[in-house]
Amino acid sequence: MIPLLAQASTDGLTVEPHWYMALAAVLFAIGAAGLLLRRNALVMFMSIELMLNAVNLTFVAVDSGLGSLEGQISVLFVMVVAAAEVTVGLAIIVAVFRKRATASVDELAGMRG
Amino acid sequence: MDFLIFLIVALPLAGFLELLFFGKRIGEPGAGYVASATVGISFVLALIAGFDFLQGGEHGRTVELFAWIPSLGLNATFLWDPLSAMMTLVVTGVGALIHIYSIGYMHGDPGFGRFFTYMNLFITSMLLLVLGANFGILFVGWELVGLSSYLLISFWFEKPSAAAAGKKAFVVNRIGDFGFLIALMLIFNSFGSLDYGSVFEGAEATLTAGTATAIALLLLVGAAGKSAQLPLYVWLPDAMEGPTPVSALIHAATMVTAGVYMVARTGALFELSSVAGAVVTTVGALTAFYAATIAIGQRDIKRVLAYSTISQLGYMFMGVGALALVGGVFHLVTHAFFKALLFLGAGSVIHAMAGEQDMGKMGGLRKKVPVTFATMVIAWIAISGIPPFAGFWSKDEILASVFNRGGGYIVLWAVGIVTAGLTAFYMSRMMFLTFWGEPRWDDGVVPHESPRSMTVPLLALAGLSAVGGLINTPWRPALEHFLEPSFELVDQTHLPEAGVQVALAAVSIAAGVIGLLVAYRRYVSRATQLEEGGRWDTLLAGYHVDDLYGRTIVAPGKAAADVMAFTADAKLVDGAVNGMGGLVNWAGRILSKLQTGMVRSYGLGILGGVVGVVVWLLVAGGGF
Repeated sequence: MIPLLAQASTDGLTVEPHWYMALAAVLFAIGAAGLLLRRNALVMFMSIELMLNAVNLTFVAVDSGLGSLEGQISVLFVMVVAAAEVTVGLAIIVAVFRKRATASVDELAGMRG
Repeated sequence: MDFLIFLIVALPLAGFLELLFFGKRIGEPGAGYVASATVGISFVLALIAGFDFLQGGEHGRTVELFAWIPSLGLNATFLWDPLSAMMTLVVTGVGALIHIYSIGYMHGDPGFGRFFTYMNLFITSMLLLVLGANFGILFVGWELVGLSSYLLISFWFEKPSAAAAGKKAFVVNRIGDFGFLIALMLIFNSFGSLDYGSVFEGAEATLTAGTATAIALLLLVGAAGKSAQLPLYVWLPDAMEGPTPVSALIHAATMVTAGVYMVARTGALFELSSVAGAVVTTVGALTAFYAATIAIGQRDIKRVLAYSTISQLGYMFMGVGALALVGGVFHLVTHAFFKALLFLGAGSVIHAMAGEQDMGKMGGLRKKVPVTFATMVIAWIAISGIPPFAGFWSKDEILASVFNRGGGYIVLWAVGIVTAGLTAFYMSRMMFLTFWGEPRWDDGVVPHESPRSMTVPLLALAGLSAVGGLINTPWRPALEHFLEPSFELVDQTHLPEAGVQVALAAVSIAAGVIGLLVAYRRYVSRATQLEEGGRWDTLLAGYHVDDLYGRTIVAPGKAAADVMAFTADAKLVDGAVNGMGGLVNWAGRILSKLQTGMVRSYGLGILGGVVGVVVWLLVAGGGF
């Protein structure tokens, strides 16, 4: 039994460790699908955040199962880097939108293979 | 003492370097003074350093300068023994006289400084060659001599014939050098060392007869290239394109004597192979005879002397081949005297005739250039083998030693005697056509005697040609005594007993006198003019050997080079390189199609990649 999850089991509902993994996988899949299917840069950005958080969830779940801290530290790093990334990314998107009046990545494609 | 020996080489080298960088600024005549002084001082130093050897029995010393190629045990070492001392004296002594003469001869030439730069390089190379204590230094000197001869022969490079002659000399020498290089590899393979000492002392115990023959014959190939023996002699007549002092230097004091010196130095190897010795002697005898016949038909005064040099070198090869090493070196020395004199004399005549070299346009010069004439007469008698002048003693020592070997060598002796007659004939022909008879000068040519800087070296060389032979007479063999320590490992061929010697000498003097008389009758009594047509043209063209080589060797060589250059190189090598470039270019063009600029397709690619890796890990990695 994972100590951190012990409280959840008081009212008889048991949360198995692999449920966290399954949830993370689903979140990751949603994020990936959003990234590939949507054209709006802002939405794609949100999808990426979703995928990052799916990974964070995996880290925390597996870490508490193993009783170690490294994974949780990694999560902090991921969150810090993601925050920085969002700042820069949003700034770019806003700047591009001002210039080209669109946020659709397909219309922004400049390379011609 | 060691420093003295180092200085002998270092001085001409310093002169070379100084002239190389400041030659133009020093200009005329300073450059000539610098060059002559360095060589002259080297000569004096060599005299001082060589004084010990006069007592005899002194083995000399090695002077180690620095470790050169430690992995081969090869050091930059000089050997100062009687043989190298003898050679050094000849090189620097005759070289210095030629340098002084050149100050006058090259007067007014725009390349005055450059000329003396090359001349000093030549002397330096030759000194390295004769002073090296191992085959490595010998080889360096050997190659540098080839280089400097190329530079000097094509000194007037704006003249196409001179440029071609320089190239020819270089290429033909390279052929010889190739054989020499293989010989060096064989020597190193057999002895694990290139030092003279360990090679010669270990030769008898280490080498099988087959290896000894192979090494000796390959050395002969190298020597034949440098010393212009059959079949590699063709570069030497063309080398006359260079300034006349260069011809004198190449033919008398340096370069061509390198091969003879090398064979004499490696006598211990030739001793082990009777085949190689016989081959060397035969090559020498044939070259002597063959070149003498060509010399008869030449019109150009310098070409007569060129073929004469080849012929005389043949004598030296006969000597060293028959293991009469002292005789060979002796002839080398006397020949250096009288041939340098002949060339410088010819240069003086050409100078007097305002550049004319054709004997058909000379004649009657006796009174016009008295000093040149008088000195050349001495050289003429010396080379014709009339006692007591220098050539007689050395040539007869060689011939008598060859005769004394007996057997087939007696045939070679006979060839040598016939050649002696021919030599007297063609030299007399040259002298009579140049100095006797009616003037056949071109209009406007006013012959005049040369300046003193040219006549003084002539007089000095004339003195040496007259008495130089007395250093080694049968009853007082001073040179043999002097050189003994250098040749003590070799069982030399000695002279026959006195009675036979006198008889042989009589035969050879008779041959010389007959040659002289026939020439006198023909060119003075009957006043025959320069011959033309028929067989004379064949002789003039040197039996058309150049054409023959051109067709059989040069043309196929050029064709092969064309194939290599325009097919193998341009298509294969360049093709491979260009092909690689083309391949990358093509791949880039195909792969650049992937860069659509569509962010989502990149994302799909990444996702696909991740899925692929995960699947591969699950399948191949046996799960997590």
